[in-house]
Amino acid sequence: MRGFLVKRLLQSLILLLIVSVIGFAVLNLFPGGPLAQYALDSSMTQDDLMRLKEQLGLNRPLYVQYLDWAFRLVQGDWGHSFRDRAPVLSVIGRHLWATFLLMGSSTILAVGVGAWIGIRSATHRGSLFDHAATIGAMVALSIPTFWFGLVGIYVFTLRLGWLPAGNMYTVGDESILDYLHHLIMPSAVLALVHVAIWSRYMRSATLDVIHQDFVNTARAKGLSERRILMKHVVGNALLPMITLAGIQLPSVLTGALVTETVFTWPGMGRLFLDSLGYSDYPVVMGLLMFSAVLVIVSNLLADITVALVDPRIRLA
Amino acid sequence: MMPQGQTARPAAPALSIRGLTVDLPRGMERRHAVENITFDLLDGQILCIVGESGSGKSVTANTIMGLLPRAILVSAGAIQLGGPDGTAMIGASPATLRSVRGRVVSMIFQDPLSALNPLMRVGEQITEVLTAHDVGTKDWQRQRVIELLTEVNLPNPQLMYDQYPFRLSGGQRQRVMIAMALALEPKVLIADEPTTALDVTTQAQILHLIRDILRRKGMSVMFITHDFGVVAEIADSVIVMEKGRIVEQGIAAEVLKSPSHPYTRRLIAAVPNLTGQDRAAAATVPEDAILKVEGLSKTYRSGSALLGSQRVVPAVQDVWFDIGASRTLGIVGESGSGKSSLGRLLVKLQDCDGGRILFEGRDIAALSDSEFRPLRPKIQMIFQDPFASLNPRSTIGQILTVGPVAHGMPRAQARIEAKELLARVGLDAGAFDRYPHEFSGGQRQRIGIARALMFKPRLLVADEAVSALDVSIQAQILQLLDQIQRETGVSMIFITHDLRVASQICDQIAVMHKGRIVEQGPPSQIFLNPQSSYTRELVAAIPGETLV
Repeated sequence: MRGFLVKRLLQSLILLLIVSVIGFAVLNLFPGGPLAQYALDSSMTQDDLMRLKEQLGLNRPLYVQYLDWAFRLVQGDWGHSFRDRAPVLSVIGRHLWATFLLMGSSTILAVGVGAWIGIRSATHRGSLFDHAATIGAMVALSIPTFWFGLVGIYVFTLRLGWLPAGNMYTVGDESILDYLHHLIMPSAVLALVHVAIWSRYMRSATLDVIHQDFVNTARAKGLSERRILMKHVVGNALLPMITLAGIQLPSVLTGALVTETVFTWPGMGRLFLDSLGYSDYPVVMGLLMFSAVLVIVSNLLADITVALVDPRIRLA
Repeated sequence: MMPQGQTARPAAPALSIRGLTVDLPRGMERRHAVENITFDLLDGQILCIVGESGSGKSVTANTIMGLLPRAILVSAGAIQLGGPDGTAMIGASPATLRSVRGRVVSMIFQDPLSALNPLMRVGEQITEVLTAHDVGTKDWQRQRVIELLTEVNLPNPQLMYDQYPFRLSGGQRQRVMIAMALALEPKVLIADEPTTALDVTTQAQILHLIRDILRRKGMSVMFITHDFGVVAEIADSVIVMEKGRIVEQGIAAEVLKSPSHPYTRRLIAAVPNLTGQDRAAAATVPEDAILKVEGLSKTYRSGSALLGSQRVVPAVQDVWFDIGASRTLGIVGESGSGKSSLGRLLVKLQDCDGGRILFEGRDIAALSDSEFRPLRPKIQMIFQDPFASLNPRSTIGQILTVGPVAHGMPRAQARIEAKELLARVGLDAGAFDRYPHEFSGGQRQRIGIARALMFKPRLLVADEAVSALDVSIQAQILQLLDQIQRETGVSMIFITHDLRVASQICDQIAVMHKGRIVEQGPPSQIFLNPQSSYTRELVAAIPGETLV
């Protein structure tokens, strides 16, 4: 286990290095840049711009800028936002909670509902339920998230008036119930695609397990179908799903970006798009690194979880 | 139809089957999986059901347990379990079936590797039988499971209780399955090829255990097998099935001695038996060794030496042998003995760590991949699994010609030679344009042999080439290999776990144990006068030595 962790850690560092170099290069190769905003202001003189450039350190060669940024990053200084000079980490921190709430709740929803649909499709293979689930999954996968978001707002907000169209809370209320009320629609919309993916994977994993010999052994013992399913099938079918969860996280993050925009949810996705619009490079780079770390950590956690759950790996 | 009992008092049947017919789904090769079969399993007896693959023996077992897949339906007949006051299994409700399974009848399966849930501890899995039928308190259950683990002779039952299946050997897992089947001391035990996947010595132990337990508990056993050797070891009575029908039944000793049905006779004749006779030399050829192996070694290393977690497994250790032109050397051993590793080293699918492999006087062990490539056609391999070793998306013609063409044979010539070879291995020329799935296992193995012969090899390495085949097919393939050797003068290395098969085809036999060759000699020495204690143990474990 220790060897495994050391190896993974080294791999992760190399990965982060590559992500940061590519991210930095792409951002800075784009025309425009952070000063473009100021250049639009007619009261700014050329001298002002030069001074600003010097102040922000943008006059140095690109590789010096990168190395400077990287060394500070390693020391825990992620830089300051060009927009309001606030430290990047605290800017991200302000939006972190909202995104985690959205991602967490929709992941739980997606895994729960997706696994249930998948298992039921597998045990009732060829039934009406199975066919409906297949078609439903295809529909969910082929229509973009923002469309579902807009339809949701039209139906549940404009027509029925049950749910708010956006934001995370009502100013002045901010009770837990209020938060939940605001959470329902974005969370469900974000979960939709993942329910589809999970149900498909879970279905085929369950079908694999159902045909294994030990399921027959369990039947020959006189166990009830329900107990066979719970005790022998589901556990073995969920095993490959843990790895899937780790791999799926980046796409949940991407989905959150769209969902947050549709529902004006004050999370990292919104922050990312805003910062990109303002060419707020330190924040964009910070978010990039943060999500890279998040993906690495979640994959690592998935692998460790598999190792903990599967005795063949844990004890081997 | 009761088998003619020897005793005056007719024993009551623990299981009786009357006119059972099970349908196959439409579009299969025949309409019925089993057709109008009738038999009794008498109290305290072992009944062997013998047949080749597709004979309907497993379907019969699953029907009794009520474990048939939904697509397969029982269309006629009755199954009475546990005497006249017992349970009628056909048409029983799911709840009735559940209450009977594990309590009145239990079952053990062929593959002990996959028959246990990999995520559950062994003890828990046995306990489930007790909880499923609401027997005993938690403490009592634990005690009972330990008792069962002791009863099937598993070492250290207390520890075994908390083990996961992957830690156990095949034989140990099969013992766990038996413990599970015995948990509630059912009247009837159904064993579906329980020893087929095991080594001979392990098989002998498991057969002994089953017989022993049956006597002690007064259980009846329905034992499914394809091996008449096993029948000779344990059966009281025997039923022979062919294509879903019972073609012969009777007292085991009588059926073995004087089989009446031609199919039974063929099956018994096909069982390779130990003649202990040496093979007649194929031809008078110069005694030059075509292959000399000197001090060959291979060690597997896994994990990382840097982090101190390395595992070292010596697979092949200091192996010496040589083999002459048109001779066959058998390499015999149990799983994990290193025989397959040795085979892979010889065809350079793997590199060795030490020693020399002199092929026609040249050390091929030292050659790099590109240096060895021109020699590759001369050393060919025949694989074990005829289903997995042919590309399902290629026609037989493509499979046969792709290799030689890559080595520079003109396409037209390759086609002609391929068709000739197909005829030679006993397939008609029409096979050329067909796909692997259209052929049976035996036919596919013939294709595999033809593929190897396309290169006009000097040496064939056959790794368990007949192990996956039914006995009658096995005999045909062995005969084919023998005939090809006489015609082409090819030398053969025949790797197998089955000593009986080795005795049929080999001039010399090398017995491997833990990576080393412990004994080497002609079949007469190995079987009649073995020198090493391990060889003696192996020979003694062969089922049905009495069967000649």
